[in-house]
Amino acid sequence: MPFIAAKNLTKIYTRGAEKIHALQQASFAIERGEIIAVTGASGSGKTTLVNVLGCLDNPTSGSLTVDGKIIFRDKLKLSETDLTKIRRSIFGYVFQKFFLLPTLTVKENILLPAVFQPGLRANAARLTEILQMLGLDKRANHLPGQLSGGEMQRTAIARALINNPSVLIADEPTGNLDSRRSAEIKNLLLELNQKQKLTIILVTHNPELAKIGSQTLELKDGIIQ
Amino acid sequence: MNIFQVAYKNLLRRKTRTLFTIAGIMLSTWVLVTLLGFNRGYEQSLNENIEGMGFQIVLTAKGCPYEAATLMLKGGTGLRYMPEALVRDVAGRAEVAAATEMLMHAEFDPNKGENGGTIVYLGIDPQTYPALKPYLQFNQGEWFDTDSAAEVVLGYEAAELEQREAGDAMLLPGSEQEFKVRGVLKRTGTQDDGMIFLPLKSAQNIFHKTGQLTMLGLRLKQDVDQTAFEEELYTLPDVQVVSMAQVKNTILSLVASAKVIVLSIAFIAFLIAMFGVLNTVLMSVFERFQEIGILKSLGALPKDVFQMILIETTLLCALGSLAGIILACLFSGFSEMAIRYLLPFAPNGSLIIIGWPTLLFAFSSITLVGLAGGVYPSLRAAAIRPLDSIRSAE
Ligand SMILES: Nc1ncnc2c1ncn2[C@@H]1O[C@H](COP(=O)(O)OP(=O)(O)OP(=O)(O)O)[C@@H](O)[C@H]1O
Ligand SMILES: [Mg+2]
Repeated sequence: MPFIAAKNLTKIYTRGAEKIHALQQASFAIERGEIIAVTGASGSGKTTLVNVLGCLDNPTSGSLTVDGKIIFRDKLKLSETDLTKIRRSIFGYVFQKFFLLPTLTVKENILLPAVFQPGLRANAARLTEILQMLGLDKRANHLPGQLSGGEMQRTAIARALINNPSVLIADEPTGNLDSRRSAEIKNLLLELNQKQKLTIILVTHNPELAKIGSQTLELKDGIIQ
Repeated sequence: MNIFQVAYKNLLRRKTRTLFTIAGIMLSTWVLVTLLGFNRGYEQSLNENIEGMGFQIVLTAKGCPYEAATLMLKGGTGLRYMPEALVRDVAGRAEVAAATEMLMHAEFDPNKGENGGTIVYLGIDPQTYPALKPYLQFNQGEWFDTDSAAEVVLGYEAAELEQREAGDAMLLPGSEQEFKVRGVLKRTGTQDDGMIFLPLKSAQNIFHKTGQLTMLGLRLKQDVDQTAFEEELYTLPDVQVVSMAQVKNTILSLVASAKVIVLSIAFIAFLIAMFGVLNTVLMSVFERFQEIGILKSLGALPKDVFQMILIETTLLCALGSLAGIILACLFSGFSEMAIRYLLPFAPNGSLIIIGWPTLLFAFSSITLVGLAGGVYPSLRAAAIRPLDSIRSAE
C-alpha cells in the first residue's frame, strides 16, 4: 500500500448558487521519500489539492489514506481533533503566505508547533540544528517584521521542520524569492529529501524547482492532466 | 516556550487595550470590595456603638421613639424629663443589676466650629455611671468623687474644642461658679468623645432641673428575660422604654433599603467586569482569527486554543482584581468620608471594614465572573477552522 493514496478526490466549493469544481476526481499515489511537484495555472486547484492531502480540509467526495489510516472515504470523516492529531504527527506546512506570528521572535515562531505537541516539548538541540541548517542562527531573536522575505520564508520552513514531520507540504516556497534565494531553497529541499528521506509535496510555478519532483501533478481547472 | 508565554505575549501586543480592560476590572473590584466592606463595617460599628452605651435598656420620658434613639446616639435636642421618684422605683427592681441616672442638657455654642454647634452636657452619678462604662479611660485625671462637686470630666474631642486640660477652670452656661476640669477621657470613637460630664446634682442645679432626669440606664441581671422585663416596663405611664437591641434593629431596618441598593451596585459591578472582559477577549479573538487558524494548522487542538484564550482572560482578571483590591485598601478612608457624607446616620468607628474574607471573596468572584465572560470568546476561538482563516488571508 502506498504511503499516501488518493482516489477520486473531489472538492466542490459553493459560492451562493454557483458551484466551483476546484478539484475533480484526482487519483494518485505517493511513496515515502518521494518529491511531488504540483503545477498549474493560478486558480487551477493546487492549494485546494495540497490542503486536502495535508488534512487541512475535507474533500467533497473521494477517499484518502495516509500511512495506512483512512482519512476520508465517501461520507466518513474524521473529527477536527483526530485530523489535528494526524496533521501534527505526519505533516509540516509551509504556507503560500508565511503566516509567522508577528509578536513572536524567529525562535519562538519556529518552536510554535512544539508548544502543542505533548512529549515533544522544545528540544534545544533540535532548534539549534534547524537554525543552523537554515542559516537563521543570527536571526533567532528577531521579530518577523525585521526579516527579509527570504528569511521569513526560511523561518516558515524551519517551523514546518521542527517536529520532524514525515511529509513536508510547501505551497509556493519560492514564490516570493529572487532566483538566487530560490536556488538555495531548492538545494535545501533536495538535501532534506536525500538525507532525511523526507517526503515533499511541492506547489510551484517555477519550472526549475518543479524539476526536482520524481512525479509531477499538473492541474488544469481542477483536473490532473 | 509554552502556552502561557504565547498567551502572555498576546496580551502585550495591545498594551493600551489590555490596560483599559485591567482598569475596568480594577474599578469593579474596587467598588465591590468597598461595598462589601461597608456592609460589614456599618453593622459592626453600629453594634460597637450600641455596646458602648453600656446599657441594655434606657428609660426616657414619653416621646417619639426615633427621637429617643437619636437622643441616645447623638446627644440630641427635644429633651423631655421624668421625675426621679418614678425612676428610682424601676432601678430598685429585682431584675436590675445596675442602674444609673442621667440628666442631659444641650446648649448651642456659637463659638463651636465654623457655624456654631451644640455642646452636650451629661449629668451623671459618679457612684454608678463609671461601673456601667468600664471602657471609658482617662488621658488625664479621674472621675469626680461626689455628685455635687463643681467639677467636670471632658470627652476627648470636647477637651480639644474647649482647649482645657485637667486642673484648668471653666465656666458652664447658667452658672456663675467656675468648674474645675477633673479629668480628660481617652478617645472612644463614640458619642462620649464630644460630651462634657458633670456630677448629676450640679447639673440639676445649674440647668434648673432639680429632681428631674432625662435618662435611666439599666443593665439587667444575667438570667433575666429581657423582652419580658421590657414588656413590664411598657405598662408604666409617662416613660419610654428604649431597648438597645430595638434601637439597633430600627437603624438596621432603616439602612436595609440602602443595603439593597449597595448590593445591586455590587451586582452591576460584576456585570460590568464580565461584559468588559467578554468584549475585549472577543475582539482580540476576532482580530486574531487568522493567527488562531495558523496555530490550529500547526497542531493546536481546539482545547489548546480554548485554554490559551482562557489563560489570557485569567491573567487580565487576576491582575485587574488584584489592582482593585489594592486600590480599595488604599482609598478606604476616602470612601468612608464619602459614605459618611451621603448617609443620614452613620455610627462612629470604621464604616468600611475590609478583612481577608472580603478580599478573597472579591478576588475570586471577580476573577470567576471575568472567566465566565471569557468562555464564549474562547469557544469561538476553539471552533475556528484552520482553513477558513488561511483562506481569508489569500
Ligand atoms: N473557500 C473557497 N470558496 C470558494 N471558492 C474557492 C475557495 N477556495 C478556492 N476557491 C476557488 O477554487 C479554485 C481553486 O483555487 P486554489 O486556491 O486551489 O488555486 P491555486 O491553484 O492554488 O491558485 P494560486 O496559484 O493562485 O494559488 C479557484 O477558482 C478559487 O477561486
Ligand atoms: Mg494557491
